[in-house]
Amino acid sequence: MSATTAGGAPAVKAPRVETPFRRFVSEFFESKIATGALVVFTVIVLVAVFAPLISPQNPYDLAQLDIMDGRLEPGSRNAADTMTYWLGTDDQGRDMLSGIMYGLRISLIVGAGSAIAAALIGASLGMLAAYAGGRTDTIIMRLVDLQLSFPTILSALMILAFLGKGIMNVVFALIVVEWAYYARTVRGTALVERRREYIEAAQCLALPTRRIIFRHLLPNCMPPLIVVGTIQIARAIALEATLSFLGLGVPITEPSLGLLIANGYEYMLSGKYWISFYPGIALLVTIVSINLVGDHLRDVLNPRLKK
Amino acid sequence: MQPNIPASAAPPTLQVRNLRTHFFTRAGVVPAVNDVSFNVGRGKVLGLVGESGSGKTVTGFSIMRLVDEPGRIVGGEILFGGRDLAKASEEEMRQLRGNRVAMIFQDPMMTLNPVLRIDTQMIETMQAHRKISREDARQRARDTLGMVGIPSPDERLKSYPHQFSGGMRQRVAIAIALLHEPELIVADEPTTALDVTIQGQILAEVQKLAATTGTSIIWITHDLSVVAGLADDIAVMYAGEIAEYGAVDDVLDHPLHPYTHGLLGSVPSRNKRGQPLLQIPGMTPSLLNLPAGCPFRTRCPRAAEVCVQSPPMAEILPAHEARCFRPHLENAGVAA
Amino acid sequence: MSVYLLRRLIQAALVMLAMSVIVFVGVYAIGDPVEILISPDADQAERARAIAALGLDKPLWEQYLAFLSNAVRGDLGRSFVFNEPALKLIGQRAPATLELAFGATFLAILVGLPLGLYAGLRPNGAGAKAIMAGSILGFSLPTFWVGLMLIMVFAVQLGWLPSTGRGETAEFLGMRWSFLTRDGLAHMVMPALNLALFKISLVIRLTRAGVRETMLMDYVKFARAKGLSPQRVIGVHVFKNILIPVVTVVGLELGSTIAFSVVTESVFAWPGMGKLIIDSINVLDRPVIVAYLMSIVLMFIVINLVVDLLYSVLDPRVRLESK
Repeated sequence: MSATTAGGAPAVKAPRVETPFRRFVSEFFESKIATGALVVFTVIVLVAVFAPLISPQNPYDLAQLDIMDGRLEPGSRNAADTMTYWLGTDDQGRDMLSGIMYGLRISLIVGAGSAIAAALIGASLGMLAAYAGGRTDTIIMRLVDLQLSFPTILSALMILAFLGKGIMNVVFALIVVEWAYYARTVRGTALVERRREYIEAAQCLALPTRRIIFRHLLPNCMPPLIVVGTIQIARAIALEATLSFLGLGVPITEPSLGLLIANGYEYMLSGKYWISFYPGIALLVTIVSINLVGDHLRDVLNPRLKK
Repeated sequence: MQPNIPASAAPPTLQVRNLRTHFFTRAGVVPAVNDVSFNVGRGKVLGLVGESGSGKTVTGFSIMRLVDEPGRIVGGEILFGGRDLAKASEEEMRQLRGNRVAMIFQDPMMTLNPVLRIDTQMIETMQAHRKISREDARQRARDTLGMVGIPSPDERLKSYPHQFSGGMRQRVAIAIALLHEPELIVADEPTTALDVTIQGQILAEVQKLAATTGTSIIWITHDLSVVAGLADDIAVMYAGEIAEYGAVDDVLDHPLHPYTHGLLGSVPSRNKRGQPLLQIPGMTPSLLNLPAGCPFRTRCPRAAEVCVQSPPMAEILPAHEARCFRPHLENAGVAA
Repeated sequence: MSVYLLRRLIQAALVMLAMSVIVFVGVYAIGDPVEILISPDADQAERARAIAALGLDKPLWEQYLAFLSNAVRGDLGRSFVFNEPALKLIGQRAPATLELAFGATFLAILVGLPLGLYAGLRPNGAGAKAIMAGSILGFSLPTFWVGLMLIMVFAVQLGWLPSTGRGETAEFLGMRWSFLTRDGLAHMVMPALNLALFKISLVIRLTRAGVRETMLMDYVKFARAKGLSPQRVIGVHVFKNILIPVVTVVGLELGSTIAFSVVTESVFAWPGMGKLIIDSINVLDRPVIVAYLMSIVLMFIVINLVVDLLYSVLDPRVRLESK
């Protein structure tokens, strides 16, 4: 740590103050793999966001589709000879590349959306459990234990069995499946932080509870929350794809990656691999890049691993 | 230069000559053991004394050839039973370990495998070295447990380690070391983790064994008071080197090396009550960047110009060596 | 020990009861019970008669008690689609799922343990790094997509293995099993491998971490200092210690393997419970859904109990405490 104001006279070159955030950033980029994964993931997000602008065709605009172009191999030209289907077409004559770009949008929105909602709910309940303690804590943590003792797919199936199919039900199922991870993480961290002297000091100053929670406890719970959140986004995307593949998820009119893969299932036995193959690659690259970033975030943010 | 201090007629059980064990870490080469030489005579106890990080434990592991990566023996000889252990094959070493050379570890809570019964852990040691029936091995295990003072050894054989106290576990570990009546036992701080009374019992036990069976012992410790009553010879280690080496009375009564002198001065004692304890200033230097010359010179009150050169190990008094240019000769009543 | 067992059994019964409430509320309160329990083809008069007969006009708690007493007698309703008792359907499909799940678990241990052991013993070697990279992939790969790719490569392109179905079965203990015939085994290879993929990665990671941790233990060094052969040090001293966490986790994962077989069964058209539940959700055959959920919860509870008992057999330290 360099003392910037010591001596008063301005230094020739202002020394960089090492804030925790800057240290975190520089440590993160020390890993080439994680940096690469982050770049890949950023590209994926950009592709998803700008899909309407950069995709060769709008895969949902039936006017643009030509059934004559159905099931063309990768690299084929379309019937009107105006464009190339680099990744082939599906049975509707839909360009797979465009389909994947739009499918990424849906997968990312569903995955990230449910992860954020689950984080808000889970973190609030975890904080409540840690702060209130007693019976509230017991009830919340029993629920968490129950939730975590069931495999994600089973909980999701149960909810979809009760509520029926549909995109909102899938999002709801994902939130139910995921909230417990956040709750457990936040409660664990908050319980440790609560016993620290600075919280006691804040309580002695009679600061309002709300202020203690949001200004003191929550910021300290952020690092583990970020790590769990990253991994959970990947898991949510994978689970959504699985549910959509099983025909329980998104509607056929707006296919996510999982549904694109399912659509190609029946054609695969006749050797038309590309309809399922490329969406799967897109899904795989997305999940792997998020997981690699998450893995490294855990290493960087975990104080126990620091020397 | 060859140490020849224990002037007994029989050849020493173990001769370590110019042993060097280095660790090749990412941060650089760590000379954990640097040019270490000593002898252990038959039935004798050598006290290997030093602070943590002085290389005493690595010396012990080097003799057993149990130094783990990234450590390696890079030079010197370990002469035992007519051969050089530093160059022995892994299979030759395996046959020696637990058989003719045994080792006792520091923390008895960690040395026995928690999921194996005591009898398994004893019998496998015997079966690793000779053809012996399970029943004979069990008999021998029972006798050995009795010998180290474990009550009702028959029942105890069927126990798991967690059913024993720390002192009892260390007795079991000692029993395992004794199964084949080894010629040499390397004991790495075997009493440090134990209560003082248990420590005393175990020390007495070991002393008796060394005397009756003729087993030689290297007793590694940081505690001078332990070796004072137990060892025949003492080697004091500092920063990977032996600073001083000689018979126990010589070293403790008139230390030559300023480090030994400081070490003895910093032990609280009844005779010195009321007087300020001596302290060695500073900290043990990192082995990664030792000062040039004598490694102790930055903390040494007697350091001089000459100390930037490496002092050789020298027999300053008869059968009493030190690695120092300016030894405390006045301690021995000799004018400097 | 018996007190411990009794306590665990009471706990299990309580969890079962709690789950029956959740499933009941899910089916009878959230979903529309008329739609769920009465065939959609029924006319008005039939519906009214059925509602009265099913007691749907009674208060919810009375309905729950009726549901519970039926459930205890093994009656969880009849399937609309098959017109058979739902529980019987589940029973018929269970062997297919169970053999798949056990096959996958067996594969996970068979493949994962040696690879994990190797990676743990030579953590810096190229082989270990390849194994670990593979295990990251195993965690990230979407199961259903890998299943599709397996079919494409081994069934469509190479033609080595059959793509779907159970193949020939043979009877054992009054149930039909695929693993007893050559043809059945050939059908089972790909689904079992597909289902095992995630578990293999898990076993590799657990084993590797266990080996690395155990190798640093004093008792391993002490074992070497006793002059034991490397085979015995690794095979007994290291292996027995890492077996405890691996067995625990793999055992606990058996329940999740059974649940996740839903995906694999859909990909490979494997006629097990998972395929049945997906079909049932798609056609709203809710008695079957209820029967599936209740039986899988029961399986979970049994598995947890068995793993706990097994754990105490393996680890002497636990054994003492539970006595």
